[in-house]
Amino acid sequence: MQRKATFTHLAIFILPALLLICIFVFYPCLRTISLSFFSEGKFSLHNYYEVLKSRDTINLEGFSKGFPLGTLFHNLLWIIIHLPLTTFLGLTLAVYLKNVKGGSIIKSIIFLGMVMPMITGGVMIRFIFDKNIGIVNEFLKLFGFLPKAWTAYPETALFSLIFGSVWLWAGFSMILYSAGLETIPKDLYEAAQIDGASSMKMFFKITIPLLKPITIVIVTMTMLWELKIFDIVYVATMGGPGSASNVLALQMYTYAFKALNFGKSSVVAVFLTIITLAVSIPMARSAGEGR
Amino acid sequence: MKIKIYKKIIHDGLAWIMAFIWIIPFLGLLMAAIRPMDELLHGWWNLETLNITFKNFIGAWNHSNVPLNQGTINSLLIAVPATVIPVLIATMTGYGFSRYRFPTKRSIYILIILMLALPQQMIAVPIFGIMNKLGLINNYFGLIIVHTAWGIPWITFFMRNFFTTLPVEVEEAAKIDGASDVRIFFNIALPIATPAIVSAVSLQFTMVWSDFFLALILMYSPEKLLATQRIPLMRGVYFVDWGLLSAASILLMLVPILVYTFFQKYYVKGMIGWSSK
Repeated sequence: MQRKATFTHLAIFILPALLLICIFVFYPCLRTISLSFFSEGKFSLHNYYEVLKSRDTINLEGFSKGFPLGTLFHNLLWIIIHLPLTTFLGLTLAVYLKNVKGGSIIKSIIFLGMVMPMITGGVMIRFIFDKNIGIVNEFLKLFGFLPKAWTAYPETALFSLIFGSVWLWAGFSMILYSAGLETIPKDLYEAAQIDGASSMKMFFKITIPLLKPITIVIVTMTMLWELKIFDIVYVATMGGPGSASNVLALQMYTYAFKALNFGKSSVVAVFLTIITLAVSIPMARSAGEGR
Repeated sequence: MKIKIYKKIIHDGLAWIMAFIWIIPFLGLLMAAIRPMDELLHGWWNLETLNITFKNFIGAWNHSNVPLNQGTINSLLIAVPATVIPVLIATMTGYGFSRYRFPTKRSIYILIILMLALPQQMIAVPIFGIMNKLGLINNYFGLIIVHTAWGIPWITFFMRNFFTTLPVEVEEAAKIDGASDVRIFFNIALPIATPAIVSAVSLQFTMVWSDFFLALILMYSPEKLLATQRIPLMRGVYFVDWGLLSAASILLMLVPILVYTFFQKYYVKGMIGWSSK
């Protein structure tokens, strides 16, 4: 049973956190929203117009001329490529490693990419794709390709970062799926086996449906990560060459702290926030249910 | 029977090959860090001549412009308080949300959940303004406050979910015996919550240690830069000194990897617990 809170209880248990959140998170959010609507001291939609019109955000010419396509499309590409790859890879690894001797050690190795700071993640992606000492070039040499600085060309920079970050992030879905698999009762499989179900059938009829809640979590968290991506791009390419690998979070940073245009930077922040909130609605709904 | 054993060996062997592929970049980074540059140019995987040197680690640790030793101390000065304070506050808040009824509770809780999705970019400019007014730019105290406020929502969420799974009978009995709510929290709830707190601590510590963005906007003077901020500055402008950069990266990732190794169970539980329910 929940107790009715007196003022003292609220003051001790709830207020300190609430105050800190209000001053240092909630108020700044409102302030960013209001900044986005003001340009030269007047209320207007000018900043929104500027950002949407800018080639930094959407560059339709890019589709015929090559990268950059604009940050909105870059983040979208990140989701389109990275999300299915990591989710699928994570599920495959979790299922495959379930009954392997030393599987937990292998899982820890794969999970390492998630544990380290993303700044070093960016360094490592650049390292993998380096022209002289990168392992990707050495591998491709076996098939007769010439070495190339993958992160230095507009047409490959973004893809290098995206595929590199698959290597970094696959451990996340793998660990969550592994935990999800543990919760599926064994007798379900035993019963199905007695009924003569094939292992394929059991996978699609038992495993996949029962993993649905954890899949929602994985998809949401992965999309949030892809939308907020910053450190990796900052350290590996700085959004270059010629903003060919620029992303929303970095665009916001450049507008605000390099160009000192707080109106435009706030618009980018608002866009980013709207997208992240929209993405997390399914998870927030299930977390807030009936409470 | 024999076929079954062979199948198992092939199955497990494939898994280990996969693990090896996954770890290749780490091996490369390590090789780049401990081998001299002229050897690296023939490829770090080329082991014909192998001279091991710790020159790069020493070079990164005592770097002339951005020494990592200072960065490590700075990062610890931030990460320890920015872990302890929010975990303490948010544990109480999580407890409060699980045990009390009060008006607007649901709305506040939804607000907290929504904050889990928020990008740091949304608060960046105003936070800079607030800290500027308070004179806390380039000041560790300022960064600690921001990390505290930023960490509270997810820790609250996590701890609330933990406390709701605990039975309340013991607490109610203590209440009847006349114990105050604060006492009940510290003497009954807190000790039971130790595993959840360890989870929260190991995750929050890793997050603050790994943070780059907030440090980037709030700390600028060379001697105050955090460890993460020093890595991009070591890259070099015209060519990348891979030996130095690799050594520095290894030193930086060592701390979270150690946390993960020692608190693996709690770390993973934290990750699962706060992202699901």
